[in-house]
Amino acid sequence: MKRPYPTQLMTNFLLRRLVQMIPLLIGISILSFLIVKATPGDQTMVYIDPNKPPPSVEDMARLRAQLGLDQPLPIQYVRWLGSALQGDLGFSLSGRRAVLTEITDRLPATFLLGFTSLLIALVLALPIGIFSAVKRYSFMDYVITVISFIGLSVPGFFLALLLMQIFAVQLRLLPTTGMRDAREDYEGLAAIVDVARHLALPAIALGTASLARWVRYERSSILDVLSQDYIRTARAKGLREDRVLRIHALRNALLPMVTLIGLSIPGLVSGSFIIEFVFGWPGMGLLAVNAALRRDFPVIMGVTMLSAVFIVIGNFVADILYHWVDPRIRYE
Amino acid sequence: MNNGEGVVRIQQNAASAQESPWRMTWRHFRRHKLAFYSLILLLFLSLIAIFANQLAPYDPNDIDPRNTDVRRGFPGAPNVEHPLGTDDFNRDLLSRGLYGLRISLAVGSLAMLIGISVGIVVGAVSGYAGGMVDNVLMRIVDIFLSVPSFILFLALNAILTPSIWNVIFIIGMFSWMDIARLVRAEFLALRERDFVMAARAIGVSPAEMIWRHLLPNAAAPIVVAATLAIPAAILSESALSFVGLGVPPPDASLGSMLQDAKSWLVTAWWMWITPGVLISLIVLAFNFVGDGLRDALDPMLYRR
Repeated sequence: MKRPYPTQLMTNFLLRRLVQMIPLLIGISILSFLIVKATPGDQTMVYIDPNKPPPSVEDMARLRAQLGLDQPLPIQYVRWLGSALQGDLGFSLSGRRAVLTEITDRLPATFLLGFTSLLIALVLALPIGIFSAVKRYSFMDYVITVISFIGLSVPGFFLALLLMQIFAVQLRLLPTTGMRDAREDYEGLAAIVDVARHLALPAIALGTASLARWVRYERSSILDVLSQDYIRTARAKGLREDRVLRIHALRNALLPMVTLIGLSIPGLVSGSFIIEFVFGWPGMGLLAVNAALRRDFPVIMGVTMLSAVFIVIGNFVADILYHWVDPRIRYE
Repeated sequence: MNNGEGVVRIQQNAASAQESPWRMTWRHFRRHKLAFYSLILLLFLSLIAIFANQLAPYDPNDIDPRNTDVRRGFPGAPNVEHPLGTDDFNRDLLSRGLYGLRISLAVGSLAMLIGISVGIVVGAVSGYAGGMVDNVLMRIVDIFLSVPSFILFLALNAILTPSIWNVIFIIGMFSWMDIARLVRAEFLALRERDFVMAARAIGVSPAEMIWRHLLPNAAAPIVVAATLAIPAAILSESALSFVGLGVPPPDASLGSMLQDAKSWLVTAWWMWITPGVLISLIVLAFNFVGDGLRDALDPMLYRR
């Protein structure tokens, strides 16, 4: 039998993974829809002016019929999905703005925070994990292990409060809340520095848990690889230890990190909600927490849907990357 | 002579073979010093939490216990009457800490029980039935895993009336996915083993098969996952209470105490020290115990 070309195999794999995403996304949309339906009150609340006398029962019935709320649930779901796919996620109850614009306004801030903390965690986790593995059972390894357990255990928001207290309030090095300095109107480089100063503390608070988890993981991953036969072979043929580490061990130990990053996306998104709340970072998370406090369900569900979609896409990308970096994996 | 030595060795082997798995696990667990001391700390904290009523010097929700020296609306620094100070409502922080500890531990353990119950049922059905059922259940797991849990907690807490029981229920109902995946994977591996085939051959019913033959053999990873599920639930509860959507006021939870402390970060450090240190300590101890259990329950490690 003729073997298909690798590119064709890759395309098939990509297509199959894309098709697999569809039932997942439908499931997420059903879950979101059911939660919207479980909430007290419905869409009609958007159209009622609280300052005027309440509309008559007949008017309410007509409004409900117009909005399709008298239809059976499955039909309502299909309609809701249809408009959601066109970007219509309803209106926020408090701001009376389209939910989608409310969210897209906030997305850049959330992405900036998320990627920065991901980057910080990644850049630090690799050298620390490698060091810890190479010097295993040493005093420093022990210290790193204990510190990473502490990093895993301190709640993100408590760490955020501590950082804020030390660096913003006591030392006055960095601003406490927000994304930009409200009093100044910076331009160019100064504006970037201003945002970076506001970004530092939330990014550290959000990234710490991932950093701790990855250090632990990278350490055990390298220890696993070091006990493999091919490492023994490399040492036996007289390679210098740093070459064994760099060329043979590290490459193989780094591979699982790609999957791990994909796996930690939901945690990062969940974590960003509360970190944004503590630091008043104007992202999707702050929007969602405030919406939950005000019982603004269209916004909550919009954020739920969109963040789930981002997580599914993130996992998809991580999956592709993993297949790309590890040639041993076959696209069956 | 030679023969006698052999007998002694066989007896020793027999003795170690007779040692029950749990005893063996305990022996190995005790060697993990951090895990062992963490377990002792957790037992101690649990006792304190259980007897919070007897130990608390004041009513934790009492707005103005006895001393009237301190101005109302300002937190009081630690003193002889209030060793951990008072908050801005003049409530005794030692008493609130004790009750908060109780609530955090209760929420953590009960949510874990709900989570592993649902997880074991879903995972067992999925792994035992296989085929279409397995496929559908695992896709449902994927869906639940794709939604960031914290926003589901937020949404559901906003829908349901705020109460401790609803917090427990919601956290439990959204923390079963990992356990379900784990139990399913164990079952799939066990299904191919000879003793399961033998049991099937003599006509053991599915229920008995799952309960008597499969679950006990999957116990080790379930115990580890359950241990690690408690700190996760405690962190979720404290985060929810911290944003004001968890345990409703005036009841103390470690998370809501941190929320109270938020506006007094600079002026009253004693308000955040107690709840912050307690949460971190509990979660840290549970993580160490889980880690120790993982090592102690892993038969691969015994050989080293």
